[in-house]
Amino acid sequence: MAGHTAALDSKTLWGGKISPFSTSYGKLMMWFFLVSDALTFGGLLISYGFTRHDCLEAWPIGEETFNSMPFLGHGYPLLYVALMTFILIISSVTMVLAVEAGHRMDRKGVTKWMIATIIGGFFFVGSQGWEWYHFIHGSEFGKIELSDGAVAIVKGHFGEIKNFTVTEAGSHHKKGDVIKEDLMHTFQHAAAAGHITNGVIILHDGSKASITKEKDHELKLIIKKGGKVNKASKGKREITGRKAEKLYYEALYSGEANRVIYGANLKQNEYGPQQYAQFFFFITGFHGFHVFSGVVINIIICLGVVAGTYHKRGHYEMVEKTGLYWHFVDLVWVFVFTFFYLL
Amino acid sequence: MERDDLIEYSLDAHHSEEKGVEIRKKIYKVTILLTIVTIIEVVLGAVIKQDASIWPLVKWTFLALTILKAGYIVMVFMHLGDERKWLRYVILVPYFIFILYLIFIALWEATSIKSVLNYFS
Repeated sequence: MAGHTAALDSKTLWGGKISPFSTSYGKLMMWFFLVSDALTFGGLLISYGFTRHDCLEAWPIGEETFNSMPFLGHGYPLLYVALMTFILIISSVTMVLAVEAGHRMDRKGVTKWMIATIIGGFFFVGSQGWEWYHFIHGSEFGKIELSDGAVAIVKGHFGEIKNFTVTEAGSHHKKGDVIKEDLMHTFQHAAAAGHITNGVIILHDGSKASITKEKDHELKLIIKKGGKVNKASKGKREITGRKAEKLYYEALYSGEANRVIYGANLKQNEYGPQQYAQFFFFITGFHGFHVFSGVVINIIICLGVVAGTYHKRGHYEMVEKTGLYWHFVDLVWVFVFTFFYLL
Repeated sequence: MERDDLIEYSLDAHHSEEKGVEIRKKIYKVTILLTIVTIIEVVLGAVIKQDASIWPLVKWTFLALTILKAGYIVMVFMHLGDERKWLRYVILVPYFIFILYLIFIALWEATSIKSVLNYFS
């Protein structure tokens, strides 16, 4: 260590008159913080692996769980998360360009690249919000428990619900009323509560209505847990065509509660074992919080750059330090992406 | 007292315009590489199903590509490759010792717990 400090003049030394690793105090402490934070994330991801490894149920598969795109709907496996990953990598690149501009004392360049980084960060946080929204709301089909006790997730295109026609009056609706609002929401609530029997839905006010719905397309059941008849071989079997349709609607319209689960919350989810959703919320949430705080720190440093604080100081080391944190956030995402979405 | 956070400590806090051009070239190269790796990962993930016979190979490919990406981010973007050799060791060696141990022990225990659960279910 001491050998390296020979190249530094007295101005560059720490209080103890040496400069460990020829690096500044702030930068070294940032590295130590990042190592401890990396251990936190490492611990979280390893506990995820632990739970997945000792779980007896079939674990959700990334490309089946995450296949939605904004404006385009379902059927685009992993595309959206790939876009998110790309956004974060690009914002990491703009950050390293800001650091490089800082080394040349190019204040304009630093400002430009810092602003680009902040925009990328906001895009990523927003994307994660969208991802959570979809994860919580789930698919249109949900996870279904078939009549023989088998549990299946469902893929395909859900035929649009046109309307409910009231056949038996309740406290609010009269006979013959045609309801056209909030159909999907009402339908899913009723299905989960077991309020649909043979195509007749019981509405909130107690009235009964028939459902007018378009046909589903390419309906496919993927058996996650075997039942008496529909056994799962190697934890997986697919049922398609008319048989899938029959099994699905038989269960959905059975009039029994909790045969179908839509989306995810902290008690149940449609994707797989409950720990899966817990880990998803905690790990991506914790990472999202890091991204958000990174954006806030970047904004503060960017204001400092614009005000010329670091230019007067003679070096842009603050940009470098906040850059370290920003790259770390990207680094963590690389691992979250692999373990949550790919494997 | 003098504010020690204002003093410039690092040896390489500045570089020339010519050096900058060189560094930027390297940054763009790494960007393209990371993008390509991500595209490969997504295509593999979307195309190859988990019950395919080739899946174990794909799984290890994912892990290798992840380590590759992480390596480029840490060494180039975070400039750890440009720091002193001993700083690299101080950061990487303890981390890897802890994490490899944790991975080993977690998977070992999970296997054991699963066999117990299987026995009683």
